[in-house]
Amino acid sequence: MTATLPTASSTAGTSAPTRVCALADLTPELGVAALVDGEQVAIFLLADGSLHCVQNLDPFSGASVLSRGITGSKGDVPTIASPIYKQVFSLLDGTCLVTMDKQPKEGRAADLVVHRVSLDNGDVFIDLAGSA
Amino acid sequence: MTTEHIVVVGGGMVAHRFTEALRARDAEGRYSVEVIAEEPRAPYDRVALTSYFTGRAPEDLQLGDPALWHDPLVTLHRDSRATGVDRDRRIVTVEGGREVAYDHLVLATGSYAWTPPTPGADLPGVFVYRTLDDVAALRGYVEERRATLGRPVRGAVIGGGLLGLEAAGALQGLGAHSTVIQFNDRLMNLQVDAGGGEALKRLIEGMGVAVRCNTATKEIRAGKDGHVGSMAFADGAEQLVDVVVFATGVRPRDELGAAAGLEMGPRGGVVVDDTCLTGDPAVSAIGEVACIQGACIGLIAPGNTMAEIAVDRLLGGESTFPGADTATKLKLLGVDVASFGDAFATTPGALEMVYADPVNGVYKKLVLTDDATTLLGGVLVGDASAYASLRPMVGAQLPGDPAAWILPEGSVEKGEIELPDEAGVCSCNNVSAGSIRGAVNDHECHDLGAVKACTKAGTSCGSCLPLVKKIMATELEKSGIEVSNALCEHFALSRAQLFNAIKVAEVTTFTEVIERFGAGRGCDICKPTVGSILASLYNEHVLAGDRAALQDTNDRVMANMQKDGTYSVVPRVPGGEILPEHLILIGQIAQDFGLYTKITGGQRIDMFGARLEQLPQIWKRLVDAGMESGHAYGKSLRTVKSCVGSTWCRYGVQDSVGLAIALELRYRGLRSPHKLKLGVSGCARECAEARGKDVGVIATDKGWNVYVGGNGGFTPVHAQLLVEDVPDEDVFRVIDRYLMYYIRTADRLQRTAPWQQEHEGGLDEIRRIVVDDSLGLGEELDAHMARHIDSYEDEWKAVLNDPVRLRQFASFVNAPEEPDPTLAYVPQRGQRRPATPEERASAPVLIAPTTLEVRS
Ligand code: SRM
Ligand SMILES: Cc1cc2nc3c(=O)[nH]c(=O)nc-3n(C[C@H](O)[C@H](O)[C@H](O)COP(=O)(O)OP(=O)(O)OC[C@H]3O[C@@H](n4cnc5c(N)ncnc54)[C@H](O)[C@@H]3O)c2cc1C
Ligand code: SF4
Ligand code: FES
Repeated sequence: MTATLPTASSTAGTSAPTRVCALADLTPELGVAALVDGEQVAIFLLADGSLHCVQNLDPFSGASVLSRGITGSKGDVPTIASPIYKQVFSLLDGTCLVTMDKQPKEGRAADLVVHRVSLDNGDVFIDLAGSA
Repeated sequence: MTTEHIVVVGGGMVAHRFTEALRARDAEGRYSVEVIAEEPRAPYDRVALTSYFTGRAPEDLQLGDPALWHDPLVTLHRDSRATGVDRDRRIVTVEGGREVAYDHLVLATGSYAWTPPTPGADLPGVFVYRTLDDVAALRGYVEERRATLGRPVRGAVIGGGLLGLEAAGALQGLGAHSTVIQFNDRLMNLQVDAGGGEALKRLIEGMGVAVRCNTATKEIRAGKDGHVGSMAFADGAEQLVDVVVFATGVRPRDELGAAAGLEMGPRGGVVVDDTCLTGDPAVSAIGEVACIQGACIGLIAPGNTMAEIAVDRLLGGESTFPGADTATKLKLLGVDVASFGDAFATTPGALEMVYADPVNGVYKKLVLTDDATTLLGGVLVGDASAYASLRPMVGAQLPGDPAAWILPEGSVEKGEIELPDEAGVCSCNNVSAGSIRGAVNDHECHDLGAVKACTKAGTSCGSCLPLVKKIMATELEKSGIEVSNALCEHFALSRAQLFNAIKVAEVTTFTEVIERFGAGRGCDICKPTVGSILASLYNEHVLAGDRAALQDTNDRVMANMQKDGTYSVVPRVPGGEILPEHLILIGQIAQDFGLYTKITGGQRIDMFGARLEQLPQIWKRLVDAGMESGHAYGKSLRTVKSCVGSTWCRYGVQDSVGLAIALELRYRGLRSPHKLKLGVSGCARECAEARGKDVGVIATDKGWNVYVGGNGGFTPVHAQLLVEDVPDEDVFRVIDRYLMYYIRTADRLQRTAPWQQEHEGGLDEIRRIVVDDSLGLGEELDAHMARHIDSYEDEWKAVLNDPVRLRQFASFVNAPEEPDPTLAYVPQRGQRRPATPEERASAPVLIAPTTLEVRS
């Protein structure tokens, strides 16, 4: 696997989609973290085969841990729950669906940024510029 | 507005209720309260006095929130006896001569234990049973006599009523033989009829307590050393005894009232009207000292009612005494007796419906109106499980066939009881079915804890809890509020139901479980629950098959996540005993990886700040040296705390460390509804704080006492005695069964303390199931635990041998060794800790995580 190492100068919005891993590197329902242009993202392959990518930073704790949360569903919406204080976010659009009566850390939005994931020839690509 | 001063004489249970209710309701602070109490401690739960013998410490008996006594408007004088009341000057005199002025005086002096004039009643070794000091003295005497005499002590209790039976049980609890001497022709003659008395006698004798009815005591005689030695009876018989307890009734402590010229009742007591006022409008009397509606009542519930009425009146309310509910239930270990309503069928035309099973010592009687529909009262001996449901139905129609309530479970279909709003549910605290419904509907109390806190129902003797729970559940259901039995939106089943379903269907993966019993994809509530159930049932690796995705992050990487996303590492230190080599290794690893180290509250060592990708390297070194996972992350056995015990300690009577290690190795890795903690102490000094644990074992000179259901945390609870003086094998068997039964039936994240409290029939029922094997589950529970013990493997060792699972410890899928760049630390007391947001802003103090190089 060729690791894409962070390049200090890149700014989100201008870069092209980055290959992060092979689809075979992912385990259904278990997230992984990836570094894309110095930014941390969390990538999920769900049991139905769908792929999702959100920011790895948990706005409620300030720690970069969302890839290590539990995937699930709320109604029809696939979700990810933060492993720290258990807030639940939509994997479709990043909306915070359950705040657990908490406020996000100062200066952070409760909702997550969602990134576009694409599959090309068995490889997973993340596009920081295009939100999904 | 000026503050008026209330003086309360007596610091007992009713005085406490008065003070508590006044401070709760007098929001404007119209009154200040001064309590003059003769006993040396703040008011305590006299009703639970006997639990002192099963190990409850005096502090556990404290009533209510101790903060009450720090309220600026409340003063409590302990060790302080009132000696006189001057009603003209409105002054109370206190021993020592101090005078206390009052605007309103409340007499709450209770009763004293009355003893019939008997020669020898003043010998050393004769006791009464009323105060904590009484029971402490009794215990001290019995223990000392046993040591002096070198044999079990012979005890006798004079009086075969409720109190006498409690005292006899207490003597037995102290390891003494006991005989109950009853003047009447049957035990508990005030509450139960002849048939019930017979059944009760058999039950009591079955417990090893001898019973002599129709017996009058003529004299207590001294032995050679001047202590109690024997008793002589009116019929000429004599019996050897070492200790005598009088439980022959109580008399009101009305001497202050009498001397102050207040009207006295025909059999004593300060006469009050239905508002608890005496003839003097500045003096009330409440509790056992009050003669209300013609009599003094020796029960706590009417006393509390009087306290509430007195408060209400002082605040301008209109309430009056409604009459007393004299229903009683014996709290004696292992014997069920209850009597309520018109137990003796004195209502004209009353019908009695009786079921008796002499072999099993069961006697049940319902008293009904002449048309056999309306319940008037009853007596239950040997099986009082129907008490909580029936007592509030007195005066109401029983649905269906009344016989269903007394016949063995299942023989006739029971009607569904719908209690009227005004039916009293909790007699200790005077809470009606209506108030409980109100708490659920109007105050949004949606679980038992909230209902208890809001209404006080179930907070005293606890016998009403099953009913309170039922009413709450019905109410929640009615208003369409999901009775939180369902685990989450994906499973309509409770954890216990799901456990059984999975066990019966023998499914082993989450996919199968959710397809068969649930819906959707699961969530952070049901996934870890299913993961835990699968682990409890099959004990496979937490990360086996599709299980990794079920686990909370802690279980998933087998470490505890900290606030910054790094982890802590806690190797198991069974019983807290550790080799010097292991101590050195831990220190070495902490240095090499720059980890923060701290001794935990569970007698082991925690290393903090390990990054995800470092965990396997750290654990490899620990595992290679023979250490293993401490499951600090799991809903599973945490630690078995020990004290040093008999091997070193001069007081220890058993090897507490040895047992703690054996228990820790036995239950390590056992997945359960919540974490499990055990403790073992080498003697009654209890240095291991075992009674604060889910299971606590305390050494005795004869073996071990096993306590269950202790909890620290948000709502601390002391563990209760399950079995006494048992040998090692029994310790293992009893704990095996207790834990397995808990694992199978508890709710998600419900620790043993609330589980035990909410279990139908409480600890007594649990004891029947796990000790007496009343459900015949014993062998199955034993086999289940044996499977767990046999299949245990160290989770970390298994992962280190598995390259696929090791891949999950990569920090980034595209940069597996790259540290999380957002981590930042500052030094503190020679170690490092996560930087605060402010410190992050002032960059220079940061220690980048990568500066702590890994030596390999
Ligand atoms: C490390 C330690 C504190 C310490 O520095 O001493 C600790 C740390 C945590 N405790 Fe604790 N508890 C620690 C001993 C205790 C004790 C004392 C004891 O075990 O003798 C108690 C009270 C006893 C009890 O549990 O009944 C205790 C009662 C709790 C509770 C309240 C449980 C309850 O029933 O209410 C929680 C919260 C929970 O589990 O839901 C908790 C939760 C936690 C968590 C897991 C909080 C979290 O989710 O992060 C902490 C994990 C830290 C970590 O990464 O290791 N911890 N915690 C102790 C670890 C002991 C060990 O060796 O395993
Ligand atoms: C072992 C036992 C088991 C019981 N079980 C039950 C049960 O299961 N159900 C039930 O309903 N009831 C039970 N009771 C009865 C119950 O405890 C009493 O009804 C209740 O305690 C009465 O409260 P009280 O405040 O009126 O009196 P008490 O609790 O007796 O308090 C009176 C206090 O006033 C103090 N005092 C007296 N005179 C003075 C003075 N001059 N100056 C200062 N202080 C004074 C006394 O020392 C005492 O502390 C039991 C009692 C005992 C002893
Ligand atoms: S509990 Fe007993 S044996 Fe254990 S340390 Fe304390 S005094 Fe010693
Ligand atoms: S009846 Fe005693 S606590 Fe409710």
